[in-house]
Amino acid sequence: MGLRTPLFDTHVAAGARTVDFGGWDMPVNYGSQIEEHHAVRRDAGMFDVSHMCVVDLRGDRVRDYLRRLLANDVARLTEPGKALYSCMLREHGGVIDDLIVYYMNDQWYRMVVNAGTRDKDLEWLRQVAAGYGVAVEPRTELAMIAVQGPNARAKAASVMEPAIAQRALEIGPFFGLDAGSLFIARTGYTGEDGFEIMLPAEHAVALWQGLRTVGVAPCGLGARDTLRLEAGMNLYGNDMDETLSPLESGLNWTVAWEPQDRDFIGRAALVAQKARPDTRKLVGLLVEDRAVLRSHQKVIVANVGEGEVTSGTFSPTLQRSIGLARVPAATGDRCEVEIRGKLVPARIVRPPFVRHGKVVVAL
Amino acid sequence: MSNVPADLRFLKSHEWARLESDGTITIGISDHAQQALGDLVFVEVPEAGRHVNAGEVIAVVESVKAASDVYSPLAGEVVAGNADLGGQPELINQDPYGAGWLMRIRPDDKAQFASMLDAKAYAAVLAAETH
Repeated sequence: MGLRTPLFDTHVAAGARTVDFGGWDMPVNYGSQIEEHHAVRRDAGMFDVSHMCVVDLRGDRVRDYLRRLLANDVARLTEPGKALYSCMLREHGGVIDDLIVYYMNDQWYRMVVNAGTRDKDLEWLRQVAAGYGVAVEPRTELAMIAVQGPNARAKAASVMEPAIAQRALEIGPFFGLDAGSLFIARTGYTGEDGFEIMLPAEHAVALWQGLRTVGVAPCGLGARDTLRLEAGMNLYGNDMDETLSPLESGLNWTVAWEPQDRDFIGRAALVAQKARPDTRKLVGLLVEDRAVLRSHQKVIVANVGEGEVTSGTFSPTLQRSIGLARVPAATGDRCEVEIRGKLVPARIVRPPFVRHGKVVVAL
Repeated sequence: MSNVPADLRFLKSHEWARLESDGTITIGISDHAQQALGDLVFVEVPEAGRHVNAGEVIAVVESVKAASDVYSPLAGEVVAGNADLGGQPELINQDPYGAGWLMRIRPDDKAQFASMLDAKAYAAVLAAETH
């Protein structure tokens, strides 16, 4: 038996099929993964993401600490509540984890890290914190529910106390709000609008059931994966890990190179890698045939070399297979993928594939 | 729990077979198999006229999660493949023993059907897999 979130019994009672995910017993679907996917694209769905780890970072020098720790620069966060997506790197440039950090005030930032990497993340956070007098406080008593889709915010607000609902609806994109017992963030992992709501574990079931009564569909990790892949978002452990840098993982945009004197951990390695012409890149793949891309399939780029699919699935929105692949730098706009013994042609595209319910790649 | 109809025969690899009144045999994948695969997205079925051997891969069912081969429980000539599955692979999820059938064959030797697992034996295979 793995770790269980406060909502585990609720999932089982709702007919969820569960799987192990990073040591946690999590719902993979409640029936049809594709229907759950469409619920998020067209209306509103919710995910139990309580397995993810909320960490509060406090101290007078917490800003300096995060400017050293993260490849993105928290100096970009000037308004309270504003969120930033970043990688946390080893000195050699490998990605320890990808995360979101919220600027709450000058002495307090809140971070959300992945479930499967939690222990090594906390160890690293504490190791670096030692030099800055920063307290690293995992908030394991918090549950988290992601409510996503075009109607997600309105539906979620409808089950909140009126005073909080009003403030929740005023939260700007990629901001979080500390509303007492709830922490409400306008963030997500689906490419749709919505909230991620953190709350004390003992209140999680009541919120989940309340959301069900207003028509928010329970969704499992299966739909979460197809949604994030359509949205062109990486999954840690599939699309990047400690052997790979953000530059090889399609995450160059998350590295704050300026100001040049900010000495974040991993910077020197990234600068050296950036100068090399043979650094591989992560691209989007689109398959026209009736075949489905899967992780670890071999990619063949004529006259250039080989690569590998890092994530692949059937896209319920596009009704064809999409994926991410790591390929040689000189790769153009076509390749072939070895799928079940056959070479299948694929087009190379720039993710995302879908945003806010609309297909954003040329089919 | 998955549905195991008493009038069908099964393979350990989760195919089912039904003897029809005209002597042909209809083949599909079990309720347990469709549940384990999740939503099906592509299905390849054989064309009529092809001769298949017992144990031969005769179809591929692909779900959001994985692709899986389907094996023929017995030798014979394919009489029909279920053409509806091309546009509606979800029929297998919705009705694995009915509208989600994969193909019908005319067996070379009907005794092969009798040698397949009956419902009770297949239910025991499922029980052993989940415990």
